[in-house]
Amino acid sequence: MAIEVRVPTILRSYTGGAKIVEGAGDTLTALIDDLDAKHNGLKGRLITPEGGLHRFVNIYVNDEDVRFLGALDAKLSDGDSITILPAVAGGALGFAAAAALLGSRYPSNHPAAAPN
Amino acid sequence: MSVATPGSPNSHGNVNDVLTIDSAIVDAIVAHARRDHPDEACGVVAGPIGSDLPTRLIPMDNAARSMTFYEFDSMEQLRVWREMDDNDEEPVVIYHSHTATEAYPSRTDISFAGEPGAHYVLVSTRESDSEEIRSFRIVDGVVTEEEINIVDATVDA
Repeated sequence: MAIEVRVPTILRSYTGGAKIVEGAGDTLTALIDDLDAKHNGLKGRLITPEGGLHRFVNIYVNDEDVRFLGALDAKLSDGDSITILPAVAGGALGFAAAAALLGSRYPSNHPAAAPN
Repeated sequence: MSVATPGSPNSHGNVNDVLTIDSAIVDAIVAHARRDHPDEACGVVAGPIGSDLPTRLIPMDNAARSMTFYEFDSMEQLRVWREMDDNDEEPVVIYHSHTATEAYPSRTDISFAGEPGAHYVLVSTRESDSEEIRSFRIVDGVVTEEEINIVDATVDA
């Protein structure tokens, strides 16, 4: 089962510079595990140590933000196209407050990471 | 002036320590920041891949609608990033405003900076009669300020 994954510039150091890689898996979690096996370290840039989707990236399944498709539990099918983009955010607000704001925005079945 | 110096193959894009940008684009960025004040404004200036020249201004919604935080709407971002891909463009400039503090990247800005090839342009609108506009590279958490070389008529405005 082949799923095409578009990788942003900032993560291409994990894919030998490749912009598009292929992976397999029937959920986003399974796909990320498969990608990490081929591109060691990629998982750590997509998933937090607490097991949630990293707030620094947006992941899309076809044309939808995966946060609205069940996040890491999103179901995938052969032929799906995954796009990873760096989340563009920032501002004068302190980091912990910004993180808490973002963490509360998206429905997730994983607890938000505790601010550090 | 030509700024298209080839970078080393291992570098992220162009490594010139100057942002060359058309005055009409600078004016439009400042106008956007003024319009959205006191909320933070944000957007992108796309340019041909490898050119290091920002040519197409794309004001983005601040999905956070906040005076201290900005965030691209994820669906708008997908559409705009695909459009750039189709046009063989890349985000040459990513800009946002600080509305009560200086035009210098905050810790939040540095944490989120995910386009190592982009110039991060900050505008401060804290003074009502003047703007502070500065440009930075943010790569692996390291902030490097660069000069802004404002030129006329590199694009049709």
